[in-house]
Amino acid sequence: MKSRRTRSGALGLAAAALAAAATLVLSACGGSSGPPEIKFFVAIQPGGTIEANAERCTKEANGKYTIKPELLPNDASQAREQLVRRLGAKDSTIDVIGLDVIRTAEFANPGWIEPWTGKLKEEATEEVFPSVIKTATFEKQVYAAPFNTNTQVLWYRKDLVPDPPKTWDEVIEMAENLKEAGKVQVQAERYEGYFVWINALIDSAGTEILSGPEAVDLEQKPTEEALDVIGKLAHSSAASPNLPTSNEDTARLAFEAGEAAFMTNYTFAFASAKENAPDIWKNMGAAPFPQVNDNPAKPPLGGFNLAVSSYSKHKDMAFEAAACLADEKSQLTAVELDGLPPSRSDLYEGKVVKKAYPGFAGLVKEMIESAGPRPATPAYEDVSSAVQRTLHPPETMSAEDNEGIYDELKSNLEAAVNREGLL
Amino acid sequence: MEASAEKAPAKVSSRTRSERKLAWMLCAPAVIVMLLVTAYPIGYSIVLSLQKLDLRFPDQTEFVGVSNYGTVLSSELWWTDVFNTVFIVLISVAIELVLGMAIAMVMNRAIFGRGVVRTSVLIPYGIITVVAAFAWQFAFASESGFVNHLPFVSEEFNWFGGRFSSFAIIIAAEVWKTTPFMALLLLAGLVTIDNQLYEAAKVDGASAWQRFTKITLPLMKPAILVALLFRTLEGFRVFDSIFIMTRGALETESISILGFNQLISRLNLGLGSTVSVLLFVIVVIVSAIFIKGFGVKVEEGRPGG
Repeated sequence: MKSRRTRSGALGLAAAALAAAATLVLSACGGSSGPPEIKFFVAIQPGGTIEANAERCTKEANGKYTIKPELLPNDASQAREQLVRRLGAKDSTIDVIGLDVIRTAEFANPGWIEPWTGKLKEEATEEVFPSVIKTATFEKQVYAAPFNTNTQVLWYRKDLVPDPPKTWDEVIEMAENLKEAGKVQVQAERYEGYFVWINALIDSAGTEILSGPEAVDLEQKPTEEALDVIGKLAHSSAASPNLPTSNEDTARLAFEAGEAAFMTNYTFAFASAKENAPDIWKNMGAAPFPQVNDNPAKPPLGGFNLAVSSYSKHKDMAFEAAACLADEKSQLTAVELDGLPPSRSDLYEGKVVKKAYPGFAGLVKEMIESAGPRPATPAYEDVSSAVQRTLHPPETMSAEDNEGIYDELKSNLEAAVNREGLL
Repeated sequence: MEASAEKAPAKVSSRTRSERKLAWMLCAPAVIVMLLVTAYPIGYSIVLSLQKLDLRFPDQTEFVGVSNYGTVLSSELWWTDVFNTVFIVLISVAIELVLGMAIAMVMNRAIFGRGVVRTSVLIPYGIITVVAAFAWQFAFASESGFVNHLPFVSEEFNWFGGRFSSFAIIIAAEVWKTTPFMALLLLAGLVTIDNQLYEAAKVDGASAWQRFTKITLPLMKPAILVALLFRTLEGFRVFDSIFIMTRGALETESISILGFNQLISRLNLGLGSTVSVLLFVIVVIVSAIFIKGFGVKVEEGRPGG
């Protein structure tokens, strides 16, 4: 009772304050409001990229509009939950969306985001990696301006491993030979990061999870080879004890603590180790993402594209703002402040990128060019969640016989693309 | 009030009638608010549960009758989650009852610093569940927690890497957090017992155990049942601890998390509402069993009732 009374008291106060503020604004502007505020909903970046870009683009707009960042959680699922809840309710406060590369189909299908056409599209996709443009495309229309991309490499300890391994089998074997020091850190908690790893393995093994928005591909032999890799690691002495609860952060922490010889992780791990564990960092090497058997590796592809909400009241200005927030300068700020790889391939020859990725800028570029994007489907959440649920914990898989799990995975995926059943 | 109304003859005086009218008018705002904030959402959920409705596919909305109920009730996942929820409720409520009783008796007997004792016991209950869940998770996480550095605990043991070790921590967090609530409800029952009864029993030579089982327990039955009812109903909605600690991985998912996944993650309002409605039905059945079966009188068990 008491708390309710206080709350209504606080509400009353807030209402009074709002009314007072409104009067002030109204009287100050003599009845007309100031330049419109373009709200930019995007995941937070600890280095301050978002704020810096918003400030610069507000300045470049010359008083036409101001850009106000609305920061979302860093966790991909949590950020999405906030966006879809608002968009599902046709909320007009969102103007520009920092869209995770996997969400384009999901947001474009119900008409939540606007397609980019003509000159805007030309400029937004100039010099951008084709693999990244593909992530911003749904049904042959580009729906977002590529901003940053992201990829994983194989991080290893140069003092323990003279020659980095090429395949997952070699990674596990080398780690086993290193005994205690040779753990392999991956991401295998039941979350999006686990799906990232699974997708990279399945792609590298030579098949795809989906061949179209509602078509399950998943050829049997290559899929089983991919599942064997997970099973092999899970049942190996090279697996870290926290394998079923490991994510990007626990992997980084274990590597920095000197408890792992290998780790697949995004580029942020390098700057993080430099700051937290300089001794480990001195011996930190970057090698291409491992491949499944003799097939080429298909590293993960992450990052954000910037989209314009269909419910925005200032669409023209939102397009202009999004174009600026994703342009060359913004991408350079992102790599400088937060180590986020640019989506424009020409920037990899430049100083800024080379400074952020000393000695491995070329490797990052190579990984992005050969990356295997995650499936593009409006039912993405169902697909990802069905795969995670079927294959978690990693010990579910065995090292060599995964026929039963393959059948289960395939039938669960078929239900998921049609959005049937509980997940 | 109630007793006198029952005894009143069928013939109602005009004064009683106008008093009743006044009573209705005084109640009306509360009733209207209750209808708006509880009946409307529940009704709306039932309507949604009869539709195929996915916010990501707005064009494909259609009325499907009870087929969502068929989908949910025939799903293995639903029954696993029902089992998990019941498992967590039974174990945590049982532990809470025993601990809560012990704490209530201590609070009742405390000679000095009664206020301090009662307040300090309530501290866990005042902490936001999400915060408490994070604290427990950090304590047991194998990378950052202190628990794995305690003696007799393997440093490599991953508490959240197995179903029942996860359950153990989820239940421990629930117990830690809600035992004070249980203790408070029980204390309210305990203080109503007349001390003379104990003294008379002592004179007759009853042991402490006999006094507990023959006097305390029977006289506290209404308070115990109300405490159990409240905690069981609350327990069926367990969400925060699981969401923070495992997000439902390794088959630790509860019914609330299942509903959340359908509603918020998948935006499948049809299936999600069905799960919510079924959870509502379970809660109604549990309350009915307590009230009809065990004869709980909610108003008697209330503090000061």
